[in-house]
Amino acid sequence: MSKIIWLRILFLLCVIALFSGCVEDNKEEGLVIAGSTTVQPIVVKAVEVYGKNNPDLRIGVQGGGSGTGIRMVGKGSVDIGASSRELSTEEHLKNPGLVTHSIAIDCLIITLHPTNPIEDLSTQQITDIFAGKITNFKEVGGPDRRIVLVIREDGSGTRSTFENMVMNNTEVSDTALQKPANGAIRFTIAGNENTIGYLGIGYIDDTVKAISINGIPPSKENIRKGEYLLSRELYLVTDGEPTGETKKFIEFILSDEGQILVEEEGFISMR
Amino acid sequence: MGKRLNLENTIRGILLLFSTAALVILAIIVVFLFKEGLMLFQHTSVTDFLFGHKWIPAENIYGAFPFIVSTILVTLGALLISVPLGISCAVFLVEISPRWARELVRPAIELLAGIPSIIYGVFALIIVVDVLRVPFNLATGETILAASIILAIMILPIIISISQDSIDSVPRIYREGSYAMGATDWQTISKVVVPSARRGIIAGVILGCGRAIGETMAVVLVIGNVEKLPLSLLDSGETLTSAILLEMGEAVIGSLHYNALFCLGIIPFLIVLVLSMLSSRLITKRVSRFE
Repeated sequence: MSKIIWLRILFLLCVIALFSGCVEDNKEEGLVIAGSTTVQPIVVKAVEVYGKNNPDLRIGVQGGGSGTGIRMVGKGSVDIGASSRELSTEEHLKNPGLVTHSIAIDCLIITLHPTNPIEDLSTQQITDIFAGKITNFKEVGGPDRRIVLVIREDGSGTRSTFENMVMNNTEVSDTALQKPANGAIRFTIAGNENTIGYLGIGYIDDTVKAISINGIPPSKENIRKGEYLLSRELYLVTDGEPTGETKKFIEFILSDEGQILVEEEGFISMR
Repeated sequence: MGKRLNLENTIRGILLLFSTAALVILAIIVVFLFKEGLMLFQHTSVTDFLFGHKWIPAENIYGAFPFIVSTILVTLGALLISVPLGISCAVFLVEISPRWARELVRPAIELLAGIPSIIYGVFALIIVVDVLRVPFNLATGETILAASIILAIMILPIIISISQDSIDSVPRIYREGSYAMGATDWQTISKVVVPSARRGIIAGVILGCGRAIGETMAVVLVIGNVEKLPLSLLDSGETLTSAILLEMGEAVIGSLHYNALFCLGIIPFLIVLVLSMLSSRLITKRVSRFE
């Protein structure tokens, strides 16, 4: 008899333990931000500076990609989602309350290995290269090297931006190597002289080479004026109009101080 | 007296609870996996999913055939490298090696098993990929072969340790009988010891195979992730698990893309399930035979 009682108590305890976590999200005083790896450097930098002025506030930053960020803010598991693209229709339908805030201008830069002598490509050449019609750099005035395409994975905000702006309904070649993040693309391009890919401007450094498109180099001025082909806005996403700490943080990024940080990270400020 | 009995029962209850916890978790995972995954088939037929050559989530086209072929090629490649290496290493350790070598190699193998897979992946990305590119005159070294090589290293410890145990448990009288018949060392090993231990060796190979199919992190770094049907070990590819890892972050929850990724997960789940059932049958049979 006592055995049954004990088992019942144990079972009850177990059930309580199982479900106690589900009652509410024990959100402590703090902010959680997740999403696009393109936006992440800005957010990390802003959190670093903002956190110094607000030492009691705990802010967590996670990557995951634009889709994840939007999904998580829609579910309420993070306060702010970061996205490098606008919300899709599907996402809008799922969470009509989501609000986007433009915080910076980014630009995709066509990137080559530093030893590749090519300095400029036309839009048409880029389209043909990524569609797999041009398969050797010598066809566009470069050295005799087979082209290895390096792109982002299906569903990436960076990838859909690129394909919308450059590929106009041509499919990207199915021989392209897919990488899950900007950093991985840079690493791959830096390590193989046959590669071509695209990177957010914040990720350009001297291990890779940025080229001009249609004769227009990716200078800040050209990007701000919208003359360089691949510029786009970056967003923070909230569920409804932001309030409290969320609001203060977004206001901070949009302030003069915040926008200086945006520039420091290699992006273009909204001003 | 009653108190002690109560304590016994409490402990028994707790242990029972813990042991059922594993079952419950497994059940939840299976239900979730299949519930999310099978929804795909309201849109795509099973044949289109298994044998379709195109994977274009933006257009809701989900053909997993290239992923399936990549997974099989990567696993076969890994076995091709690791099985001969693993078995000969196990034979050497048990039958031939001097004591000091055994004591040196055993902990090294255990250490090999303990290295996190991401470390293997980074190692492969920096070394193996580069080493492969030049001799094979490839445009990129991120190939199925690179993934096979790193997986082979990862599953070696499994194959070695299970083969070693089973070779070790071949009764001494078998060997003595063989020597008494005038057989040489090599004849004894190849005709008596290894054949007697074959069940255990096969079980080890199957377990290693399961590990290779499920491994994700190391593979995704070096295989290139190309959605085209691979034709040789020197092509780039994309395995089932690496496709899930790459795309899950961006798939909208509840969308067809999301369901398709779960569906990809069902395939290795079923393969590994069958493999582990096979290997546990082999192992239990072996034990009962020598008892």
